[in-house]
Amino acid sequence: MDTVNQARRAFLKKSVTAGAGFTLAVYLPRLAADRAGPGKTVTSTIGAAGFEPNAFVRIGADNTVTVIVKHLEMGQGTYTGLPTLVAEELDAAWSQVQVEGAPADAARYNNLLWGPVQGTGGSTAMANSFEQMRNAGAAAREMLVNAAAEQWQVAADAITVREGVVAHQATGRSATFGELAEPAARQPVPTEVFLKDPSEFRLIGKVLPRKDSGAKTRGQATYTQDVKLPGMLTAVVAHSPRFGGKVKAFDDSKTRRVKGVVDVVAIPSGVAVLAEHYWAAHQGRDALTVEWDDAGAFKLGSEEILAQYKALADSPGAPARREGDAGQALAVAAQTLRAEYVFPYLAHAAMEPMNCVIRLGADRCEVYNGEQLHTADQVAVAKVVGLKPEQVSINMLYAGGSFGRRANPQSDYVVEAASIAKAIQGRAPVKLVWSREDDTRGGYYRPLYYHRLAAGLDRTGNIIAWQHRLVGQSIIMNTPFAGMIKDGIDPTSVEGAANLPYAIPNLTVDLHTPEIGVPVQWWRSVGSTHTAFAVETFLDEIAAKVGRDPVAYRHALLTDHPRHAGVLALAAERSGWGAPLPKGRGRGIAVHESFNSYVAQAAEVTVNDDRTFTVDRVVIAVDCGIAVNPDVVRAQMEGGMGYGLSAALSGRITLQEGRVEQSNFHDYTVLRIDQMPEVEVHIVNSDAAPTGVGEPATPVIAPAVANALAAATGQRFYELPLSLSA
Amino acid sequence: MVKLNINGAQHSIDVDPEMPLLWAIRDTVGLTGTKFGCGRALCGACTVHVDGQPIRSCVTPVGQAAGKAITTIEGLDSDVARSVQSAWEELDVVQCGYCQSGQIMSAAALLVRTPAPSDADIDAAMSGNICRCATYVRIRAAIKHAAHAIAKGA
Repeated sequence: MDTVNQARRAFLKKSVTAGAGFTLAVYLPRLAADRAGPGKTVTSTIGAAGFEPNAFVRIGADNTVTVIVKHLEMGQGTYTGLPTLVAEELDAAWSQVQVEGAPADAARYNNLLWGPVQGTGGSTAMANSFEQMRNAGAAAREMLVNAAAEQWQVAADAITVREGVVAHQATGRSATFGELAEPAARQPVPTEVFLKDPSEFRLIGKVLPRKDSGAKTRGQATYTQDVKLPGMLTAVVAHSPRFGGKVKAFDDSKTRRVKGVVDVVAIPSGVAVLAEHYWAAHQGRDALTVEWDDAGAFKLGSEEILAQYKALADSPGAPARREGDAGQALAVAAQTLRAEYVFPYLAHAAMEPMNCVIRLGADRCEVYNGEQLHTADQVAVAKVVGLKPEQVSINMLYAGGSFGRRANPQSDYVVEAASIAKAIQGRAPVKLVWSREDDTRGGYYRPLYYHRLAAGLDRTGNIIAWQHRLVGQSIIMNTPFAGMIKDGIDPTSVEGAANLPYAIPNLTVDLHTPEIGVPVQWWRSVGSTHTAFAVETFLDEIAAKVGRDPVAYRHALLTDHPRHAGVLALAAERSGWGAPLPKGRGRGIAVHESFNSYVAQAAEVTVNDDRTFTVDRVVIAVDCGIAVNPDVVRAQMEGGMGYGLSAALSGRITLQEGRVEQSNFHDYTVLRIDQMPEVEVHIVNSDAAPTGVGEPATPVIAPAVANALAAATGQRFYELPLSLSA
Repeated sequence: MVKLNINGAQHSIDVDPEMPLLWAIRDTVGLTGTKFGCGRALCGACTVHVDGQPIRSCVTPVGQAAGKAITTIEGLDSDVARSVQSAWEELDVVQCGYCQSGQIMSAAALLVRTPAPSDADIDAAMSGNICRCATYVRIRAAIKHAAHAIAKGA
């Protein structure tokens, strides 16, 4: 029997605010800030659609429970994990739960870790929703129970709810949610709710099937690429081959003769060809002649950029962390190690190239997009088309991957679509489609980074000094997120380096932030994509230099960081750490925290006679607090690792005289099935609040593989992608 | 006019015969389960079956497919294909899902040719299909799962 035992329920006040974690200082218009406020989050409405106790749940007379998810589903499992939270507290049956994407409305759907801004990123979807979505479910449940109590004239605390059925044991009465939807809507909305104690969870922590598997397996899921509105035109844009180049002149006479081409318009980012379908637009662009004005364009190559960065690294940068006196300690060290690391630009290369659909009307504008940064895009589109942000509605569709790309702080491709819609005065809905070449060359890369490290050791091989200098572009400078920059430090540049977990008495981390004209952006796991490699391979090299076991050496430095130590121990144990491997094979390990989740990976490699290598097996240990859906956690560990492995093996965007040299998957090669190792995932059992899993597996694999290759060959690696010397 | 037989239905469409089949399927006929990923037969997202063979529709001129039996993800209905889709759902293979139509088309064609594929067979048949979410571990497992189900007559 399931009685509601309130004594076992943790009492929780309803006022859930953006107090947890850090709040991004985002300079956006009053849009969100004015409309957001306490006491506005809970409303109940009665409509034909059913019972809507709050912004996140709708219960239909047909007994469906629709959960409104405010975060983009780009593969990471938000459309499964977030509804699980609602269903848990509501005691719904998983089979009756369906999912709907939230509209753009930062007053109701802001990211609680970002302040008054709606968006998805930084692996925050679960972390910021854990209480909010449970509150939403609990409030709905209470209203259903109160409605039943009133109807049946019984005490509410004698009513049970299980699997979507509300019941009163003593009288044998029961009702479905659908039957109670209408009377429940007339109940007062609770101002406080009781949440379950984790010991009472029935759905959280269980493997529930993904809500999007069926549609995605049958080709029925709708992505931006699939939107077709009446009269819609498809637009393809000719972009400058150099960042910052402008259109000087163009000749569209041949373009206009291509069958299906409807219009050609100049927009700030290039020349747009509009056609009845993609192929005509593409052909039309091929027939276009554009003369570019490169006066303000970026004209350097990757080599020149790197040379500038190396020169910058000769002088100290802005301090990100300083403890003790690293300079003094290095001077007296018995032994000193130095290393420099180079990381290339990286494209996100999501399977769905960037695209956006816009329908512009006289007093409103509709956006269809794999929407990751609602508030910024809403404001940016409004500015382009001359409307107020609240006149811009956004339909958040499935994204065919993103890895950060669709959360563009400059709203680049969304603004491009809006500019085309404006250029044709909204005469037709517009679908902007980037080709793979546009996507690869369109910029907004993981920035090129240069690191210089020095470590001083005492006579017993312990690290007494650590100097870490980083040089690279800021992702957030000159964006709405620039308020995060404090004292010259963009925290996303130094994350994973400035918060080094290893106990070292004398430590400095400093940063140079050159401003150059290559557009850069967050890329799955952001700063950790480079910091984890530098730290974890350098530490491994030090351990080898002093003849210590890399796992034991790390453990000795992690005594104040039990969660790092926990995943390190787990990955080591499950990988068979210490067991000998045949010649030509190697095992390496790395551990790293990002977005408050802890991941260790142990990789096994085989080095072939021709100096190629394969990654055979990867053992992953993760501590992400409560694993809301352990199978989604496993999937993100597998896939996040694979995404990082892709970059480690071959990811590199290079510039030559300002032109991007790569264009498609033949020269920007990515991981394929025959390169995917066997993967084992082990999840640390935890009752801590859940943290994100979309990104934290990504940065750990490159150092784990590099350390494994070093174990097999003795070669150390100072550059990504990895390359064995002849 | 190009005459296409897609999923058993006849379509007469007024397009340039050089137009890639992908765009005829997506933009003209309006079946959007087949995806655009690269336009150069490098990623496999656009894979469909023509007379049972998996092909990359983004580089196949629509004229070449005229009169042939074209099957897209929406039209999969063989026992083998259904087993593949069931396995995909059972193992929750998908993440973003964008490449999965192409993956499933390649996997279904593989299992018709090779009912009990080895890892090497799977690598050979599937390495033309990129998944940026790197769902490869599950793709491999789902193909084997489907192969077992088919062998058992399930």
